[in-house]
Amino acid sequence: MFGEPIPRREDPRLLTGQGRYLDDLGRGALAAAFVRSPHAHARIEGIDVDAALDVDGLVAIYTHEDLPPGVGDPLPLLIPHPALTHGRTARPLARDVVRHVGEPVAMVVARDRYLAEDAAERIRVDYEVLPAVVGIENAAAAERLVHEDVPGNVGAHLVQEVGDAPAAVAAAPHRLEFRLDIERSASMPLEGRGVYARWDPDEGSLRVYSSTQTSTGVRMALAARLGLPKTKVEVIAPDVGGGFGVKVVHPWPEEVLVPWAARLLGREVKWTEDRREHFVGAAHERGQVQRVRVGFDDAGRILGLDVTILHDHGAYTPYGIIVPIVTSTQLPGPYKPGAYRVEFTSLYTNTVIVTPYRGAGRPQGVFCMERTMDKIAAHLGLDRAEVRAANFIRPEEFPYDQGLTFQDGRPLIYDSGDYPRMLEMIKELIGWDGFAEEREAARREGRRIGIGLGCYVEGTGVGPYEGGHVEIDSTGRVHVATGLTSQGQGHQTVFAQIAAAELGVPIEDVTVATGDTRRFGYAVGTFASRAAVMSGNAIALACRRVRDKALRIAGEALEADPRDLEITDGVVHVRGDPTAAIPLRTVAVLANPLRYAFDEEARRATQFAVGGSPDEPPVPAGEEPGLEGRDYYSPVRSTFASGMHAAVVETDPETAEIRILRYAVVHDCGRMINPRIVEGQIHGGVAQGVGGALYERMVYDESGQLLNASFMDFLMPYATEVPRIRTGHLETPSPLNPLGIKGAGEAGVIPVSAVIASAVEDAEGIRIDAMPLSPDGLFRLRRRAAVDPALRVERLPA
Amino acid sequence: MKPPPFDYRAPRTLEEALEDLAEGGKVLAGGQSLIPLLNMRLAAPERLIDINGVASLDALEVTAAGVRAGALARHAAVERSAEAAAVQPLLRQALRHVAHPVIRNRGTVVGSLAHADPAAELPAVLALLDGHVEAASASGRRTVAAADFFTGPLESALRPEELATAAFFPALPPRTGTAFAELARRHGDYALVGAAALVTLDDDLRVRAARAAYLGVADTPVVLDLTGPAVQGQEGRPPGAVDWSAAAAHAVARVNPGGDIHAGADYRRHLVGVLTGRALAEAARNAPPGGT
Amino acid sequence: MSGEPVFEITMTVNGVRRGARAPARRLLSDFLRHDLGLTGTHVGCEHGVCGCCTVLMDGDPVRSCLTLAITAAGHEITTVEGLAPGDGEPSPVQRAFQECHGLQCGFCTPGFLCTVTALLRDNPRPTDEEVLEGISGNLCRCTGYQNIVASVHRAAELIAESGDGS
Repeated sequence: MFGEPIPRREDPRLLTGQGRYLDDLGRGALAAAFVRSPHAHARIEGIDVDAALDVDGLVAIYTHEDLPPGVGDPLPLLIPHPALTHGRTARPLARDVVRHVGEPVAMVVARDRYLAEDAAERIRVDYEVLPAVVGIENAAAAERLVHEDVPGNVGAHLVQEVGDAPAAVAAAPHRLEFRLDIERSASMPLEGRGVYARWDPDEGSLRVYSSTQTSTGVRMALAARLGLPKTKVEVIAPDVGGGFGVKVVHPWPEEVLVPWAARLLGREVKWTEDRREHFVGAAHERGQVQRVRVGFDDAGRILGLDVTILHDHGAYTPYGIIVPIVTSTQLPGPYKPGAYRVEFTSLYTNTVIVTPYRGAGRPQGVFCMERTMDKIAAHLGLDRAEVRAANFIRPEEFPYDQGLTFQDGRPLIYDSGDYPRMLEMIKELIGWDGFAEEREAARREGRRIGIGLGCYVEGTGVGPYEGGHVEIDSTGRVHVATGLTSQGQGHQTVFAQIAAAELGVPIEDVTVATGDTRRFGYAVGTFASRAAVMSGNAIALACRRVRDKALRIAGEALEADPRDLEITDGVVHVRGDPTAAIPLRTVAVLANPLRYAFDEEARRATQFAVGGSPDEPPVPAGEEPGLEGRDYYSPVRSTFASGMHAAVVETDPETAEIRILRYAVVHDCGRMINPRIVEGQIHGGVAQGVGGALYERMVYDESGQLLNASFMDFLMPYATEVPRIRTGHLETPSPLNPLGIKGAGEAGVIPVSAVIASAVEDAEGIRIDAMPLSPDGLFRLRRRAAVDPALRVERLPA
Repeated sequence: MKPPPFDYRAPRTLEEALEDLAEGGKVLAGGQSLIPLLNMRLAAPERLIDINGVASLDALEVTAAGVRAGALARHAAVERSAEAAAVQPLLRQALRHVAHPVIRNRGTVVGSLAHADPAAELPAVLALLDGHVEAASASGRRTVAAADFFTGPLESALRPEELATAAFFPALPPRTGTAFAELARRHGDYALVGAAALVTLDDDLRVRAARAAYLGVADTPVVLDLTGPAVQGQEGRPPGAVDWSAAAAHAVARVNPGGDIHAGADYRRHLVGVLTGRALAEAARNAPPGGT
Repeated sequence: MSGEPVFEITMTVNGVRRGARAPARRLLSDFLRHDLGLTGTHVGCEHGVCGCCTVLMDGDPVRSCLTLAITAAGHEITTVEGLAPGDGEPSPVQRAFQECHGLQCGFCTPGFLCTVTALLRDNPRPTDEEVLEGISGNLCRCTGYQNIVASVHRAAELIAESGDGS
């Protein structure tokens, strides 16, 4: 069961239109719409709602002035860090100044969304437009400020050092220095954000449905903002149509305002984000400028690596500086970079906020490291794979301490992996050896093809914890609950696989609930490739408690030593004696001493039916009624998955179009619970990576207008743009957790830009230092390289 | 992203539609360009005249003279029509590049012409073929030649009270081949640049005429006669041996495209040359040696 | 602003005649979801690019976000809720998507299912290229399309096996 590629248990519902996504709930609820700033930076001079007041179906209009303290205050800074000296967050509705196009200024509630938009359209906001700060380098130049009280636009500045990198670079036999650029993209789930709130005036309680990656986080934040005890707020993540990071931010302005309005109005209120809002009102990621200095020896071994990063975090920092921390700490990948110094400056701009998007800073770090590897290989005339191999951490060197502090505040110590073996696998899968001839043969036909390679290590399963609750009821059904949420990862399948394997029950008997605070109140959320590691292990531990209890009770009933018992197909029996058996459903009955028999089965547990000593309490000391158990998994530190990708691309000599001919992935996420689901995660990640490498960017003009805020112009790949992906798996179990698993959710996306850059560089013989790369971009590079030899790269050995 | 309110008319006959139009309003046919604009509230017409119920308008008439598509002839219907493809193959060649199959199920050929998007395929086709649009209003009917129909980006010669009732694409002359080539960022996106080409052979099966029309390079389709550079200096060569680079260079020198977020002006101009060569070569290959 | 006029809009949805009162500007997607309560049809972009809202209108896939409900009045609409033959069994396309792991979050899935159902009706044995062309107007952000393409081929097999295409 564990480890088998079984079909998903959530599919029958989702395939027949029976899914319940946020906007499928609350039929008849009032609809909210928002007036958003059309300017990147402006002072609000006045808001005139008069023209909106006679819109049919209007219920309410709110501006900042209408919000009580708590509700109207700046949103929380979720992840404080000592280096984030100038953290700033937005208010749910802007008070004086708006700092990006799309920032909410007023909320409208009406009978339906059409009418709410009618009213929103009629609200007049007078702005004094202020100069906007757009682009990382303009932010760094700081001729204008995003926040008056943040000098230099610098939100955070952090240096991490292992050894003396500048000295090591200076002393190295070979040195290179270069600049790299990565543009913005975004998570862009096909379901936008959304919130639906119901206030119960009789109970004084609030039920909120949110398309979120953390229902417990939203609950805590809402209780705090609205001044309600936690017990009066329940938050449920229904089916969620994709997250990829953007939905872990909380509480969003709308997530505070909609429940607040529902309570105030005593009516159900729902907000379903539309696509245009999502582009300007949610979050982006990726944009960085990196400057690299590297020193290395004749074999390509890095002796010193000194990286300076400018990171664009947008207008506010509600999610702290996780992204640049991840970039700077995951940058070394599977290598020993010798002395390493990384410095980042995280800067404000008048653009949409930047928070983690699948990969969460790793694609940028890997781009930096892998471009460095290719440049070293080109400089020395060595095979690119050999240079990587020369720098690998060896299998016998685990656990390997990189000497840095990771995003969870813990030391960055790799737990396990086998990078040399993985390199052999990826070379085999893509056809690395022999490619030189393939390339030459193509060239003779007038075709340009190139091969590229990229390696990464990903810290997965960050803490602090997750929990699981497992209950077997008197019908034998197993109810599993965990607090973190699902956005398509198949948790109802993989967690059931774990429970079925741990308990010895048929998987058909297991149901799994996620993301519902009514079922499990303590959780962190689904992000950082952590769900399988964290909740998977927590559920396994909870199952073991339940199993122990079941064996204890069954042992008494069967008059057998629990150590001689095992569970098969939902029945506890004495090992080697199939006649001495008791089904788990009966054990569940016995686990709950009863006064009242509510059904035939329950009679067994009533007070005149059970035996036992009259001098002992019916529930023994230290026991609880019910065949259930709860446990938590809280790791000392993250577990480190790894992978290598390779691609063969063809570039059109005339049109500069770039086509991926082959794409291969080798991935190691420890023990796989369900290989088919792991593979699906990788496929999806690679497709997003292809988007980031060749198609997707956020195009801001100098006034801070987002010029491509639609699916017409933000070019997410269709099926026609994604190559066939070949995958291979390596399983080096994690020694850190009971199941030996590592995370897999983000892996696919991480090295794609690096791999495509490497392959295009190989095909073209032109330095590729910026991504994404469009045909027009390649066309311009060709023209520049034709007159500037510095942009050309010597042809590499394969 | 919900449409603003509008007054709605659903005429059942052409006469009713023209009466409604006389009072003012925007025509809704396939809606694949109009409804996105409504949803984004970039258009807010007072009145929408939904002609989808006017049964007579969906005719697709194919004669030896050409293909006449009624105002409700969907892209998909024209694309599927073997008769239309036989008389004027360029239509199918171009329609395959119009957005995605599902959009083509609803979108109409005439609607695409009336929308007059400078990056759309069909205006260039109509312009290259010297086709025309039939327009009707309560006060009369007229025919507008392609050369006069496209007046600017998203602007046509249609008067506010006029309905484009049909478009006519003349049949191919004998010994003529066509081709359509375009480059889009993703499959199905609006083209960065596109070229429709038409090559006619003479009795000796040598190139007699070569023309091309371009989309994405100006506010309206650009039609170029490339016969001179295509023929000069290579008289007598069979079409398969013609070097089209002079024609391509000629075209490049005569277009002045703009740049946008997807492609700069230089790149677009460069593509005009590449696509000219490719489309002309294919059109020449497609020219049947005898008759049509 | 006084209330805008509403129309009695009726159409055949999944074989059943359904009606509701709605203004002329009501999009077919919203009409199906909110007026008729058939929430299986999803809305991902409302400008006709993502394909999540694809339904069958008189058998042909169309974007329900680019169609007014009132334009669809009198027509036959099939949504994801109506794809299964009605005997409680999933359709071959639905089965294939489960077998091949052709969905993850499931949000884009109804649009794919409707598109693919029509694609295989018109072309029961599509080549790889024809599959890609056929689904090229539907965005998926989860699967990378690998298993969707596999699902289409598998569905073609299942239909061929069942012999009647139902």
